[in-house]
Amino acid sequence: MISNFIKRAALAALALGFFAALPARAQELDLSYHHPVLEDYFAPASAAPATPDEQGFIRRWSLLEPIAKPEIRTNAIFDDTYLNTEFAKIYFPEQMTIVPKDGQKVKLDKKTKLAWHCYDSQRYNVKLYRFATGLGLHPTEALFLAVTVVNVPEDMTVRMSVGSNSGSKWWVNGEEAILLSGDRRMVVDDCVSRKITLKAGRNVIRGAVINGPGMSDFCIRFLDMAGNPVTNFTVTNQ
Amino acid sequence: MKKIELSLIALLLTALFALPAAAQIGNVYIHDPSTIIKCDGKYYTFGTGSGGLMSEDGWTWTDGAVRTGGGVAPDVIKIGDRYLVSYSAGYPGTEGKTRGVVTTMWTKTLDPESPDFGYSEPELVAWAGDDEDCWAIDPAFLMGPDGRLWCSYGTYFGAIRIVELDPATGKRMPGNKAVDIAIDCEATALMYKDGWYYLLGTHGTCCDGVNSTYNIVCGRSRSVTGPYLDNMGRDMLQGGGRMVLSAGNRATGPGHFGWFIEEEGVEKMSFHYEADYNRSGRSVLAVRSLLWKNGWPVAADPFKEGTYEIESERRGYSLELAVDFVRQAGGMRAFRINPNDPVVELEEQKLEEVIDRWPAGEIGVRAGDYMFRPHQKWTVTAVPDKGGYLGAPYYKITIAGTERALAATEDGELTAVPEFTGADEQLWRIEQLTDGTFRILTKVACKCGKQKALVSTGDSTVALGEFDFSSDNCKWNFRDR
Repeated sequence: MISNFIKRAALAALALGFFAALPARAQELDLSYHHPVLEDYFAPASAAPATPDEQGFIRRWSLLEPIAKPEIRTNAIFDDTYLNTEFAKIYFPEQMTIVPKDGQKVKLDKKTKLAWHCYDSQRYNVKLYRFATGLGLHPTEALFLAVTVVNVPEDMTVRMSVGSNSGSKWWVNGEEAILLSGDRRMVVDDCVSRKITLKAGRNVIRGAVINGPGMSDFCIRFLDMAGNPVTNFTVTNQ
Repeated sequence: MKKIELSLIALLLTALFALPAAAQIGNVYIHDPSTIIKCDGKYYTFGTGSGGLMSEDGWTWTDGAVRTGGGVAPDVIKIGDRYLVSYSAGYPGTEGKTRGVVTTMWTKTLDPESPDFGYSEPELVAWAGDDEDCWAIDPAFLMGPDGRLWCSYGTYFGAIRIVELDPATGKRMPGNKAVDIAIDCEATALMYKDGWYYLLGTHGTCCDGVNSTYNIVCGRSRSVTGPYLDNMGRDMLQGGGRMVLSAGNRATGPGHFGWFIEEEGVEKMSFHYEADYNRSGRSVLAVRSLLWKNGWPVAADPFKEGTYEIESERRGYSLELAVDFVRQAGGMRAFRINPNDPVVELEEQKLEEVIDRWPAGEIGVRAGDYMFRPHQKWTVTAVPDKGGYLGAPYYKITIAGTERALAATEDGELTAVPEFTGADEQLWRIEQLTDGTFRILTKVACKCGKQKALVSTGDSTVALGEFDFSSDNCKWNFRDR
């Protein structure tokens, strides 16, 4: 996450002439590169159930196109109170119950309709910034909503391990599991929930990630009581 | 007018002595300092912008270092008899965005007064597209044990990358491809020690004054291109990193690590604090000793002035005045005790009970088993107006409650003079070593040019000699007990 402060510092640097011209000799170099596209980060979710990766990360998620939050000028505002207030806001009636289908749309207001996209992340983490840019949408100053379904063979006592950039909140079967507060970077096993029970069968995981300037992403896995990744379950989008 | 001048001087002196002993003095205002480097006896560091700081002794800093090119967050390394300087700059990309580039340039000396001073044309060695998962800023050099030259760069926006440079030209090695080695950090640095490559990164929030949460973390790898894992086995590409230094000591936001090796066993880390509470919350240069614990770098705490037992690492005996051991009243109280007798706290021996028995002139110094007696308690006090060395001022070491000061004699022996006068032979350089012990050096250098160390020549005998990190004779602990 490049914080707003960095952005401001960069602008100040530009104003002060800290940024120099490209060295003359560099003009002769080939500076071409691969421009990132959605497919570098995501693939459409297949019909078959997915499994977590070797490290237990859940890669299949339904992601809602970003809800614009232009009022977020800085990530420094992400304290517990702010995030709890923001994550309690309801933008559409079925927000806390929907298990969306790919392409399903929700209506935020008279002008705004957003679509859900069911993807498998190509990486252990879900790059929300690239999800947005890949769809040609504004990637920053945004609230991202995510849903997935975890199918377990029997009742399992686990902890949910989350890293997110920036603040986020996560619910398991409608119960709040964990809040990640502050101007936070995504770190594997950054925050881990109290013990929760995944009941045999279908469990709905729901999350909200908010960010101002900079990149957004998250990674989630379940850990057993010894701290080892849990992998014996499937992941679907329904 | 003169009155005003005197008042100003008094004000400046007040400000100087109000600063904690751990802070550098002079003009220490810098952001994103490069690794501190020595050139022709002077210390240099360059920051964001065009300038830099220089110091004669590593303690008192002035502006005056010169770097061309502008840009942000430079680094510098000495290769052969030349200095390779790198900085990052930007140039317009698409849609008004800025593309980061890393450049290198050479100079024969860092001394701007030297006729040899002057930078070569900058060469572009690394870059990232304006929509790539990388922003090519904050370069840092590493000369590997095999003579290969590496440069890491990047910031929070995407990955930290590493590229190989040609140490002869400072240019990118032909065909070399950048490798991602970390995420979620910036202001990286690289070290190589004992078969491990270390990647240091700055996590947290920059550029927010007293609220900046910048902190320095570390991972290590057997290969320079990673994977760099932290102490939990977590890859820095997954955000891993073991803490080296976070906020504290009235300063927030340590970042931009630099590694300086004085000699074997004596290592320093340079960095900036985003905000120094004693200096209006400004961004300042800082230096700490660097310790190594179980193969991991750890920032030493600043040396705290105070009253200590000075314990030899050799046997555990302690530095003391060569005076009579004055017995305290009372003998053995173990036998035939009535358990119902009241228990009372005994008083420790007081200075006034023994000081009159000490000679008035110079007193010899030796080591003995510690009994927390007045002749074994030393007060260590910074003397910041007497100069210093990289990261700290000189100290006076006096018997607690007196001005009797530890001093070097003209013939290189140890003594305790009755009064501290501020003379150079009464000033001491105290540095924490990589293993956590300390060395204590004279300010006065011998004819050989070296500062002599406090050395145990026997369990109970202390003299001045050459510092040798491999010997416990040269190591001391400051204990508060």
